[in-house]
Amino acid sequence: MKKTMLQKPKGFIDEYKHKAGAEKDRTHYCPGCGHGILHKLIAEALEDFGLVDETILISPVGCSVFAYYYFDTGNFQAAHGRAPAVATAASRANPDKIVISYQGDGDLAAIGGNNILQAANRGENIVVFFINNAIYGMTGGQMAPTTLEGQVTTTTPYGRNTDTDGFPIKMSEVLSQLTAPTYIERVSLHDAPHIRKTRNAVRKAIKNAKERKGFQFVEVLSTCPSGWKMDPVKSMKWVKEKMLPLYPLGVYRDLGDDAKITTRPVPVMDPVAVWEKLGISAEADVDFPRGDVAEEYRKLSIRVAGFGGQGIMVTGQALASVALEYGYNVSWLPSYGPEMRGGTANCSVNIQDGQIGAAEAVKPSMLLAMNRPSLEKFEEAVEPGGTLIYNSTLIDIEPTRADIKVFAIPITGIADELGNTRVQSMVNIGAYAAITDMFRVEDVIALLPKLFKGKKQAILDLNAKAVKAGFAYVKDNFK
Amino acid sequence: MARMLMKGNYAAVYGAAMAGCTAYYGYPITPASEIAESAASLFPKLGRTFLQAESEVAAINMVYGAAGSGQRVMTGSSGPGISLKLEGISYCAGAALPCVIVDIMRGGPGLGNIGPEQSDYNQVVKGGGHGNYSSIVLAPNSCQEMCDYTMKAFELADKYRTPVFVLTDGVIGQMMESVTIPEPVKELPDKSDYAVYGTPLHKNLVNSIYIDHDDLEEWNLTLHKKYQVIKKEEVMYEEYMMEDAEIAVIGYGSVSRVLRTAVDAARAKGIKMGLFRPVTLFPFPEKEIAAMPGKGVKHILTVELSTGQMVDDVNLALAGSIKSDLYFRLGGNVPSADEILGKISELYGEVK
Ligand SMILES: Cc1ncc(C[n+]2csc(CCOP(=O)(O)OP(=O)(O)O)c2C)c(N)n1
Repeated sequence: MKKTMLQKPKGFIDEYKHKAGAEKDRTHYCPGCGHGILHKLIAEALEDFGLVDETILISPVGCSVFAYYYFDTGNFQAAHGRAPAVATAASRANPDKIVISYQGDGDLAAIGGNNILQAANRGENIVVFFINNAIYGMTGGQMAPTTLEGQVTTTTPYGRNTDTDGFPIKMSEVLSQLTAPTYIERVSLHDAPHIRKTRNAVRKAIKNAKERKGFQFVEVLSTCPSGWKMDPVKSMKWVKEKMLPLYPLGVYRDLGDDAKITTRPVPVMDPVAVWEKLGISAEADVDFPRGDVAEEYRKLSIRVAGFGGQGIMVTGQALASVALEYGYNVSWLPSYGPEMRGGTANCSVNIQDGQIGAAEAVKPSMLLAMNRPSLEKFEEAVEPGGTLIYNSTLIDIEPTRADIKVFAIPITGIADELGNTRVQSMVNIGAYAAITDMFRVEDVIALLPKLFKGKKQAILDLNAKAVKAGFAYVKDNFK
Repeated sequence: MARMLMKGNYAAVYGAAMAGCTAYYGYPITPASEIAESAASLFPKLGRTFLQAESEVAAINMVYGAAGSGQRVMTGSSGPGISLKLEGISYCAGAALPCVIVDIMRGGPGLGNIGPEQSDYNQVVKGGGHGNYSSIVLAPNSCQEMCDYTMKAFELADKYRTPVFVLTDGVIGQMMESVTIPEPVKELPDKSDYAVYGTPLHKNLVNSIYIDHDDLEEWNLTLHKKYQVIKKEEVMYEEYMMEDAEIAVIGYGSVSRVLRTAVDAARAKGIKMGLFRPVTLFPFPEKEIAAMPGKGVKHILTVELSTGQMVDDVNLALAGSIKSDLYFRLGGNVPSADEILGKISELYGEVK
């Protein structure tokens, strides 16, 4: 019996090979430190449940930074406070494993406060062991969020002053406000009966994890003789007398059998299945035969501009989308950043063979102006010899340039006649097709289901009419 | 359709999906948010993980956890978010974990604005976080490259077990172009020598702490050697009309597209101008730039959307052999090709 008690649990590595220095048979913890006791309880539980080989342990920054020296599990060492984030990803990657985030109070309640809160709130399928020793041990005894009122630390040399330093944070109580956690308990290591209770809590949390029962949180009140500058016996007494009244022990949450079992999908990796699931197939990429496009329209840099809500972006995207189906290289750039000032929306479209340079149509070879401010703003920039298409329904001024081709088209009027102003975009496309001979009307109509994915047939039919109307207007009114 | 019109931000996620990336962890920020949004839409269809983290700090530490678990994993962000990720990226570099970070640069410092800038160069290309490390940095300038280079980023990340950045600016992230989706990878590399799976076979340790000074020096030297190999093997660049160029303009990302237009305009006027576009920023194509003066280049103009960050690397490469110049725009403003030509004639008026 006695012999068994003194045996090192199999959850620990036989010889601490990762540990620097000569003493590879003992831990780096100070005499009387609670970390060692909690380590042992975890290692024993893993051994007893046969889970040593199925566990991933995250060591934090703090005195337990070297937890990986000891545990014969898969091991991560994480950045200060981030163990719950690392544990989240490790658990998502290995959903059937026990993932343990082992953290101190500076790590968990100060720098990593939001990380623990959010992991708990997501109900991550992880176990968190939280050593609350009311101090920063590793860095030499500074104040922790859990430091007691009046407690002297190296950064509260006059005692923690709640006026300036706030109050001790009670993490079990805080987390128990959340919906997702399955099990939350606060225990203590200050005497043998309480260590036994801690043992039970550790085992319960690990068992729950094995059953994939979501977020498990065990807060362990613990001694830090070095940080507190007290001998181990006095430290135990200090936990009992000072910490217990402030940090009541007990179960704060236990969903028991009501806990939701965590399930995660299996990633699809087969190349054929990946394309299938995403609706990708190379077969659909057949170029429409090109019409006889005049030289001047073979390399187009187009500015489309108007009010927000006039379908400016849609018109630009539709130009690019349709041209793409004829095998042209295309680009579409929305007005972006400072260009968005002033209530006009605009975008740049390039359509050409060969590599496209600058995406923004600074000197457009074609301007499609849907309202007056757009005409006023961009007319000057049009390349000599370029093309201006403007919406004569809304623009009551004459263009000033004599060195460009001008098409005045009542775009809004044509759309309104069809019964819906919103089809202006497709009137534009029809007009563009007629002017440039780049698109055939039937091709554009064939593409409508792709351009307006998920829209009803009536909407598609209306847009088809709009394309035809735009096309006809240009053919009827310009030679 | 393998060919689609899509934003650069979307293209990066398609590239990731085709590369076998199984997890995306990110936090929204303009102009990079469509990366998170498209991952949120595509990844669940493939049974892969998408998680909107509580912050960029959390996201990069999730990336650390996923990479250490042997997954191909990605995150995306912009300026302020990248600043927050740097500690975690340093941890990834220190633990030799492969991961891909997409940075769609916006205007800074501080909150700056959402317009395109290239002012993350230093924090991305020069390591940025603490310690001696460099991340490989790919700088796409089109939507197709956003897809292809994100895919390549995963290969490089695994090849060298190191973080790889896909660095571009808001213009490339926000614009749409035709993108032909590459075929998905058929096989993923074996990572059982370092990844933590929680199985008896692979009780690995993911770690960046080396308490003993000699141990840490040795580890740093190992990393240093890796970076030397990367510098030798992985340089990528693109040249346009450089054969007989007397003026070389140097730029990356969206700027290189404007410079290409400027070169066409210059050539039309008989000016012997060419474009040199670094595609990898680390490793930087220093040899190629150093060789320019010997090949007849008389003037070098670096154009950036920052007050001059990459130009330091250009000048280091030139080592004073010739004086180089810098032109920049800031705050979301992008130079036009005409503006570049104006600068060229202002600086090198005598050149024909
Ligand atoms: C980003 C960052 N900030 C600060 C530190 C320094 N640091 C190391 S351990 C520690 C405190 C740990 O205290 P706690 O979490 O209470 O654990 P304990 O040592 O008491 O077990 C701090 C502040 C660090 N490593 N990283």
